[in-house]
Amino acid sequence: MISAGLAIALSVALPLVGCLAIWLLDKHPNLREAATLTTGWVLLILAITVFAVVNSGARPGYQVFEIIDGLTLEFRAEPLGAMFGVIAAGLWLVNSVYSIGYMRGHGESHQTRFYMCFAIAISAAMGVAYAANLFTLFIFYEVLTLSTFPLVTHYGDEKARNGGRIYLGILMATSIGLLLPAIVWTYAIAGSADFVEGGLLAPHFLAVEPIAGILLALYAFGVGKAALMPVHPWLPNAMVAPTPVSAFLHAVAVVKAGVFSVLKIAVYVFGVDLIADTGAGEPIMWIAGGSILLASAIAMNQDNLKARLAYSTVSQLSYVTLGAMLATSMGVMGGATQIAAHAVGKMTLFMCAGAIYVAHHKSLVSELDGMGRVMPVTFVCFLIGALSIIGLPPLGGSWPKFFLMAGAADIGQLAIIGVLMVSSILNIVYLLPIPLRAFYAKPKDASAEPVKISEAPALCLGAFCVTTLACLVLFFMMSDLVAFLEPITK
Amino acid sequence: MNLMEQVPVLPVVIPMLAAPFVMIAPNGRAPWAMATVVAWATFIACIFLLQMVSQQGVISYALGDWAPPIGIEYRIDLANALVLLLVSGMAAVVFPFAYKSMQSEIDPKQSSFFYAAFLICLTGLLGVTITGDAFNIFVFLEISSLSTYALVAMGARRDRRALTAAFNYLVMGTIGATFFVIGIGLLYQTTGTLNLADLADRISDQDNRMIDAGFAFILVGIGLKLAMFPMHLWLPNAYTYAPTAVTAFLAATATKVAVYVIIRFFYSVFGFNFEFLGAAFTWVLLPLGLAGMFIASLVALFQEDVKRMLAYSSVAQIGYMLVGLSFGTVEGVSATLVHVFNHALMKGALFMAIGCVVLRMGSASIASFSGLAKTMPVTTWAFIISGLSLIGVPLTVGFVSKWYLLEAAFDVGQVFVGFLIVASSLIALGYVGRIAELMLLREPPENAPSGTTPWSMLIPMWVLVAANVYFGLSTTLTGGVAERAAAALMSAAGGAP
Amino acid sequence: MDDFFTFALERYNYWIVIILMMTGLYIVISRGNLVKKIVGLNLFQTSVFIFYITIGKMVGATAPIYIGDELYKAHGDDHGDGHGKGHDKDHGDAHNGAAYDDSHASDHDSAHEEGLHAAPQANDREANDLGSDALDHGDSLHGKIDNLGANDLKAAIAEAGPADGADADSLHDLSDRVDAGKIANDPLVKPPSEDAPALDIAEAPLHEGAGNTLEDFQGVADASHGAMEIMYANPLPHVLILTAIVVGVATTAVGLALAVRIREAYGAIEEDELEALDAVAEFGEGGAEAAGAAQ
Repeated sequence: MISAGLAIALSVALPLVGCLAIWLLDKHPNLREAATLTTGWVLLILAITVFAVVNSGARPGYQVFEIIDGLTLEFRAEPLGAMFGVIAAGLWLVNSVYSIGYMRGHGESHQTRFYMCFAIAISAAMGVAYAANLFTLFIFYEVLTLSTFPLVTHYGDEKARNGGRIYLGILMATSIGLLLPAIVWTYAIAGSADFVEGGLLAPHFLAVEPIAGILLALYAFGVGKAALMPVHPWLPNAMVAPTPVSAFLHAVAVVKAGVFSVLKIAVYVFGVDLIADTGAGEPIMWIAGGSILLASAIAMNQDNLKARLAYSTVSQLSYVTLGAMLATSMGVMGGATQIAAHAVGKMTLFMCAGAIYVAHHKSLVSELDGMGRVMPVTFVCFLIGALSIIGLPPLGGSWPKFFLMAGAADIGQLAIIGVLMVSSILNIVYLLPIPLRAFYAKPKDASAEPVKISEAPALCLGAFCVTTLACLVLFFMMSDLVAFLEPITK
Repeated sequence: MNLMEQVPVLPVVIPMLAAPFVMIAPNGRAPWAMATVVAWATFIACIFLLQMVSQQGVISYALGDWAPPIGIEYRIDLANALVLLLVSGMAAVVFPFAYKSMQSEIDPKQSSFFYAAFLICLTGLLGVTITGDAFNIFVFLEISSLSTYALVAMGARRDRRALTAAFNYLVMGTIGATFFVIGIGLLYQTTGTLNLADLADRISDQDNRMIDAGFAFILVGIGLKLAMFPMHLWLPNAYTYAPTAVTAFLAATATKVAVYVIIRFFYSVFGFNFEFLGAAFTWVLLPLGLAGMFIASLVALFQEDVKRMLAYSSVAQIGYMLVGLSFGTVEGVSATLVHVFNHALMKGALFMAIGCVVLRMGSASIASFSGLAKTMPVTTWAFIISGLSLIGVPLTVGFVSKWYLLEAAFDVGQVFVGFLIVASSLIALGYVGRIAELMLLREPPENAPSGTTPWSMLIPMWVLVAANVYFGLSTTLTGGVAERAAAALMSAAGGAP
Repeated sequence: MDDFFTFALERYNYWIVIILMMTGLYIVISRGNLVKKIVGLNLFQTSVFIFYITIGKMVGATAPIYIGDELYKAHGDDHGDGHGKGHDKDHGDAHNGAAYDDSHASDHDSAHEEGLHAAPQANDREANDLGSDALDHGDSLHGKIDNLGANDLKAAIAEAGPADGADADSLHDLSDRVDAGKIANDPLVKPPSEDAPALDIAEAPLHEGAGNTLEDFQGVADASHGAMEIMYANPLPHVLILTAIVVGVATTAVGLALAVRIREAYGAIEEDELEALDAVAEFGEGGAEAAGAAQ
């Protein structure tokens, strides 16, 4: 058994080795995919190892080297990061299986480049998960941005170029323009950039108090990946990418890394108490609430299935920001569990959307009438994923909403409870009609002959069945997850 | 005679003595080979020097055994050892690169003159850096400038506008140098000495208009040489039309040396007791640096020639250095020194990449970068990595610079300036991104000339790219030395430690 | 007003420098002809040459070449030929500090200059002679201390030291007296009246600056002549300006060579014509480039 510290370092390094292997096996597609999957398995095992160690109360760490005086490239696993690590590694494996089916089914070009970028991106996501300080977080955050850019512009046409330009432009502009100064500012105040339990800035209350609101806003918007309105446009624009990429962006790594960073910064840099005492979180909380409703409203008007899901992501992940800004232990818990619950739910939805596209080249909601009879498994999975997102028990997505409402009630923000309720209704309005239409509506070109079941490639199918199952499991495992995450809420 | 004792003089003497031999060598490979060997020898001497300085502290070498302050003193501390290393290192990398590049860009009949002038330019730049004598700075500055005018003019084979660019550079450069020499004259008249250390001694408790005027003349003179914002107009043309290897070298060294001179005068000569200094920081360096950062970056955004775009970007980057200086703190000065070093690495690599493109496509216009990822992937990635460095992406030197600068800004409470710094690097994102997108996502033109880029150009370019990454990860050489150097300068200047 | 005019007129050399400088700059900026620009640049540089020469000039001083008298003999005995020359140079340089301390008029410094020359001389003379020169010497040192502070003096002596190595005794003697001078000098800073009158003479012109008249100067000059026969102009500015002239000539040469090349390439040396030619070329090229990009 390897030590947990080494496991952390390996989980960042391993995908890079995988990337090299993929490159070398360019000419042998089967071996190449085997390399991806092997990497995925080992990575998942590593992530689970780390998770188990953290669960036992340890905080394993690994210092790579010192870059600038006092600033180290360093990893340290804590519950939040360990959880994110497992989610990212697990879903990456699922996503890889799915991508193989999708890319082959679709006959895509540049597959080697595609898998290489994927591997680098997951390495960066693991780096973000285990970052021990803001500096390390920032480095891997940027690597993640850059490595996903070729994925977004995979098709290389005019549309992909525009999407890619907006994607890179917004993410780089916010991270360099807002996040970097925020980090340096924090460093200037606290003399360190480490994540500290209870909050790095907490001992510097007097220095932070007058600027807490500004600093927190810099972080909240600087982490553009969290897609808080108005820095969200990159997300719908990134939809030009192939579906596995979209799934990866939304569920596995990118947006997740964003909200995860916001949560981590709120908990370990500011500390819940500091945010509560200075009231700095309140404006951001309202912006997050606004994002939730506004994005849901936009999602209702999207006919393109992927665009609808994209806005749904903007809305759903603002829950995490909202939870962080509530600055109560329940709120933080709600945000943390939402990361997990949304990951499996949205992953399912995206892979279903991709399956529909691969099998029947349909990408508009209005084209789906009657498709439920053609692809029953797909749409059952879609339905379960959608219900999880909406928050219906016994599915994983119900718990976070409960926690968030409890957190809002704790500090008497009844309006926030209202926001959450309205949002759930809106979720129903824009998500449920999709499977319902597929099952009940009559296809437009209704012909007499009986419909033949024609599902997506088996690899795709298997992938989203796993995540659908995960939605269910998550509901029953929630108490364990809560117990695991307990330390961060103190 | 103990050779080690003579090491301080070698960086100047080696290229200077070699230049005439290079000039009389027959055209072709010989002058290049000689010049390259000389550049490497100089580089090795500079490495020795840095080692010596960091072990035994300041080295003072009396030229011709005339004891300072009467004789000319070569005085090497950490700050100029670092700059020496940079200049000679860039020369060592650029010379191998120049061979193939110059075969296509300059008249082959001029090649021996070219390398001779190049070596003299190197002599001048190293001399400016190493010397501890004010008038000697002027002389070496002019040695380097005069040879630079000639080098820029040699670009005339490709574009005759190189001649007018060189002429304008000559006029501006001479005015700058003359201002500088007037400043030196005023200081000399007041203090009666030319030795920098001695000058500092005698200025320290004086306060009169002569010194104020001398300071102003020196600031303007060097400002012209380093292309401080409104005085930068010579630079874009000179960089655009000069042969690419020359541009790579100049962009990496010439303005950097001028920045070093200004640091030296501010901190080692005038010091913080000099009231004018604070005013110059607040009212000259900071606003001009910021203006340069923004205006030059914006202008760069709209250039149709990539070389010119990067030339404007150089002006903007000099703005960063001036802003770093203007904080007047150890952090600020070390940020400037770090950026001097780092910017040389990125601009060197970028201009070399352009050199490769020019060799293949025949021009550096934006159209020739279209679809380059398919035809010249190696060059493309070198350009992109150093471009990312220019933006300030982590794991590259650009990030280290930016971190130091921001830290310095926040440290003195100039939060607003900190945000302006990052805002202007976003403009860099704009112009680098524009080229990167062209290279990666467009199709190459159908009639794109095919061929291979010679190894002699790729290797030096990738050496610099690797340096961009290496020094982005390990900052002991840049950041560590710069901090120590800045602390030494600052304590000598009587500022807050 | 009178004072002002005197002040202004006495510094006519600076006016010349400024007028030349501005003329040169104006030509550089306003003329479009490249050769005229070079001419302007030359004028501009020349003004600086004159500026340097003017700060090296002293009324009544001769060129800094040894005219062989007892000084020369003394040196010759001690050091031999080659070193002797170097020795001179050393002294000349060491004095600069003092000589130009007064920022405005080199005239006033003559007393100073002389006094300083006395210092190394005293070193070289025999012990008997020292006595008679002691007073002058001490005064000159006082003057120097007043203006430069002790540091500088130490430096000057340190430099004189190695050169005069043979005269170890007299050197010690000298440094002793320097210390004495320093001690005496400290109280002087506040009430200057206590000291010998010679010091006042040396000090007066230095501190009054603008108020000096010719008489003052002559008084000082007389006093100095009494002590020393030969005065040398400061050689260093001349040396510097020789270097600067070389640089200037080189610049002019390169500039003119460029002008020639420009004429070969463009057939014109007027700036606006060049711009017009470039614009034509650019326009043609630009059109071609746009067409290329469109493909």
